[in-house]
Amino acid sequence: DRDLVSLQVFAGGKGLSTDASVQFLGRPLDVVYSPNILGRIFRGSGEPMDGGPDLSADPHIRVGGPTVNPVMRVMPTRMIETRVPMIDLFNSLVESQKIPIFSVAGEPHSELLARIGFQADADVLVFGGLGLIFDDYSFFRTSFEQHGVFARTVMFVNQASDPLVERLLVPDMALAVAEKFAVEENKRVLVLLTDMTAYADAMKEIGVAQERIPAVRGYMGDLYTQLAQRYEKACDFKGSGSVTILSVTTMPGDDVTHPVPDNTGYITEGQFYLHGGIIDPFGSLSRLKQHVIGKTTREDHSQIMNTMIRFYSEAVEAQKKQAMAFELSPFDEKLLKYGRLFRDRFMDIRVSMGVTEALDLCWQTLAECFDPQELLMKQ
Amino acid sequence: VRESLVLIQIDEDASVMKNEVGYVCVGDERLKAEVLRIRGRTADMQVFEDTTGVRVGDRVEMTDEMLSATLGPGLLGRVFDGLQNPLHDLAQQHGFFLPRGVSVEPLDMNQRWEFTPAVSVGQRVAPGGVLGTVPEGPLTHKILVPFGESDSVTVTWIAEGKHSLSDPIARIESAGQERDVTMMQRWPVRRPVPGSLLRRNFAERLYPQEPLTTGTRIIDTFFPIASGGTGCIPGPFGAGKTVLQSTIARYSTVDVVVVVACGERAGEVVETITLYPETEDPRTGGTLMDRTIIICNTSSMPVAAREASIYMGVTLAEYYRQMGLSVLLIADSTSRWAQAMRETSGRMEEIPGEEAFPAYLDSSVKNVYERAGVIRCPDGSEGSLTMIGTVSPAGGNFEEPVTQSTLGTVKTFLGLSYDRAYKRFYPAIDPLISWSRYLDQLAPWLSENLDADWIGDVKRLHELLQQGESINQMMQVTGEEGITLEDFITWQKSVLVDMAYLQQDAFDEVDACMSRDRQLESLRLLMCLVDRDDELESREEVRELYTRLIG
Ligand SMILES: Nc1ncnc2c1ncn2[C@@H]1O[C@H](COP(=O)(O)OP(=O)(O)O)[C@@H](O)[C@H]1O
Ligand SMILES: [Mg+2]
Ligand SMILES: [Mg+2]
Ligand SMILES: [Mg+2]
Ligand SMILES: [Mg+2]
Ligand SMILES: [Mg+2]
Repeated sequence: DRDLVSLQVFAGGKGLSTDASVQFLGRPLDVVYSPNILGRIFRGSGEPMDGGPDLSADPHIRVGGPTVNPVMRVMPTRMIETRVPMIDLFNSLVESQKIPIFSVAGEPHSELLARIGFQADADVLVFGGLGLIFDDYSFFRTSFEQHGVFARTVMFVNQASDPLVERLLVPDMALAVAEKFAVEENKRVLVLLTDMTAYADAMKEIGVAQERIPAVRGYMGDLYTQLAQRYEKACDFKGSGSVTILSVTTMPGDDVTHPVPDNTGYITEGQFYLHGGIIDPFGSLSRLKQHVIGKTTREDHSQIMNTMIRFYSEAVEAQKKQAMAFELSPFDEKLLKYGRLFRDRFMDIRVSMGVTEALDLCWQTLAECFDPQELLMKQ
Repeated sequence: VRESLVLIQIDEDASVMKNEVGYVCVGDERLKAEVLRIRGRTADMQVFEDTTGVRVGDRVEMTDEMLSATLGPGLLGRVFDGLQNPLHDLAQQHGFFLPRGVSVEPLDMNQRWEFTPAVSVGQRVAPGGVLGTVPEGPLTHKILVPFGESDSVTVTWIAEGKHSLSDPIARIESAGQERDVTMMQRWPVRRPVPGSLLRRNFAERLYPQEPLTTGTRIIDTFFPIASGGTGCIPGPFGAGKTVLQSTIARYSTVDVVVVVACGERAGEVVETITLYPETEDPRTGGTLMDRTIIICNTSSMPVAAREASIYMGVTLAEYYRQMGLSVLLIADSTSRWAQAMRETSGRMEEIPGEEAFPAYLDSSVKNVYERAGVIRCPDGSEGSLTMIGTVSPAGGNFEEPVTQSTLGTVKTFLGLSYDRAYKRFYPAIDPLISWSRYLDQLAPWLSENLDADWIGDVKRLHELLQQGESINQMMQVTGEEGITLEDFITWQKSVLVDMAYLQQDAFDEVDACMSRDRQLESLRLLMCLVDRDDELESREEVRELYTRLIG
């Protein structure tokens, strides 16, 4: 079998005939990269799918290139303001961070991701859609168009009906392009990938087709490495731009120990849990937030963050009491009011405000609900 | 070619050895590879780099050498990849990315070192014996007779003064043959450095009898690790493995620390290499970086080199141990190393064991941890190598193969629990599942150096924690009212021990590290509180008292 070569047909093998011929191009997989790709949409095969001008004569770059030398990374220092208060205030997104939204089918993760896409203060937006149903694809596209960010956006989209193998190429193309913008143009690039579980499932399916031995629940033993190779493209380059990755990972059966969220959690720098339409302030974690909170944001940020969360967790307790028809103290009543305001003003994912404005609203909310001596805050 | 595995054809008259290193020549790139299996005139080689573009018919150059480390002064303070390429030098030559097919000398060949001989002409020196010394940062680096010498050698010439690593500093004669030696030697990483010294009785392995002081109370007091011992830190993601390990690396009272960043985030290494050069080492007055070597083969770097990185780290650590120094090796994470083995094993189509790990997982884990230990070196000094690895169990479940193999080997188990991390009880070591088999082994040292009652006290507190937990569980069912006042007090006492002693803030300058002496004082104080018998009438009184004590 030394004379045999295995080929993976991107468009799928359906209908391939024994007398089909093979032509080798003599170059590795590449993707077009030029200023003309902004505002364009590509398929997983790398071809434009938006009916716009042909770009095949534009320069191409290699996909899946070498990894960055760790000593050329710098420690993260800057925040990416998303105008989503549950992120900016409590688990800030930091330039060069890689972080997933852990969600479940039925949750508004597409709405959240799109909103972060058009609100975040990034120079370039790179979107990778993996196995998107048509409605979601069209939703993302319209959102970016309507909110005026389309001209600085590149989209790579593999739809649910598109070939599976092309799904595997989407993150690599998106990240290759993002990395180039960061390194060569000093851009702060935000990459959005959804849904990484569909990506992992595509790897699983192809692994099985290749008769490889699965490790856990049908997934191959290299799932961690494969995911890490993509997520680690997030980087703040010494003296140059940065790549930040925000992804959606749906948890099959809402089970965080499922191999996909589990391996993802080991790789990424925290996670946002989306539950019941809100970003859960308790399970969510940004491992990099301490690099920016109170440093690039206002100095009261850290204290406000802790106080707000403390009261919210007390408010949740008070609600439980109320639900069980226990007697409520006057302070409990205050907490209940606070809980309501907190949810309306901060937790609703449709709320949009800058971090400074949000900090002011925190003070206002505390003032509306409590007396100063009840806050237990240092002056 | 099958991903990183290539099948090679061996020339008629050539010989190839298992684990020999060779280079696959693709155009003008040379990709480093290691022989994993030989069958007749063909061999499987694992390429340490991306194999894109490798074609049937490409030439392979063999080196006659196994994968080896370069040993000599100047290792401290450096950052290497898993194959010992210095990453700063690569960055200088190649910029942002790690190109394939390049290798750089691990050590600076231009730097000159002040060599002071320790022997004179005519003297016989054992393999691993001291020829002379050079100052390296805070340490005295001993230049040793090559470990591979089969018998003692006679010194026929010895140098003095400033020399570079390529200069001969001595001539030695063994079995009638004379040769020059430099300050540098090479050693195959998959073989223990003291292996042949021990077999020929030039060195001796000793039973670890002293503890490593990490400055983390729950470890030093409840689950100690012997100097020259082994420990592991399993835990689900976000439980605090990396933070705990770097706290240990920072504050442990050792001479040299080798950090193996094995298949985890690059960003965490960046923090280390950014902060260490700015952080003072209180023991030497230098910086932490001066006593640290970092092997950095993070998750997006080549997987085959990740497998090698642990051996590379251990070999460098063993080298410094041969100078009579105390060395700490920490590996984050050994699961990623095991997964690298699994990937290779899968490609070689070996019969898979549980969760597709190879059948030799268990023996590989044992072999690595067995390289820790205390050694009496040929010059009579004693060196120790302590090894602590994190484990990242799939789904946070400790039943999986890597955790189980590791628990079957190490003598300290620091199990991190999600629940404690969620409650921000850091370090999230769960005192009810963790154990140390050193507590009794170190008994003589502890009672002599700390307190005759030390072990008894620690065991009593440990029991209190267990009692507290079962009372707590009962309370979950029956409510506070369902337990006796006495039980309520016991529970409060266990909470006190937890809050005041077990928990420790790694990010607080003062609290992060507590010396043995202060641990002894604190423990005495705690024992007084635990043993006191207050006349308390009601739960409210109890609660009030303990809230005050804890706060
Ligand atoms: N000892 C500690 N003190 C304070 N915070 C901690 C401590 N250990 C962990 N943390 C918090 O938990 C987060 C995750 O810890 P980390 O060590 O990276 O987890 P793991 O390596 O187990 O995934 C850290 O970013 C930090 O915020
Ligand atoms: Mg695959
Ligand atoms: Mg930068
Ligand atoms: Mg982790
Ligand atoms: Mg040979
Ligand atoms: Mg970690």
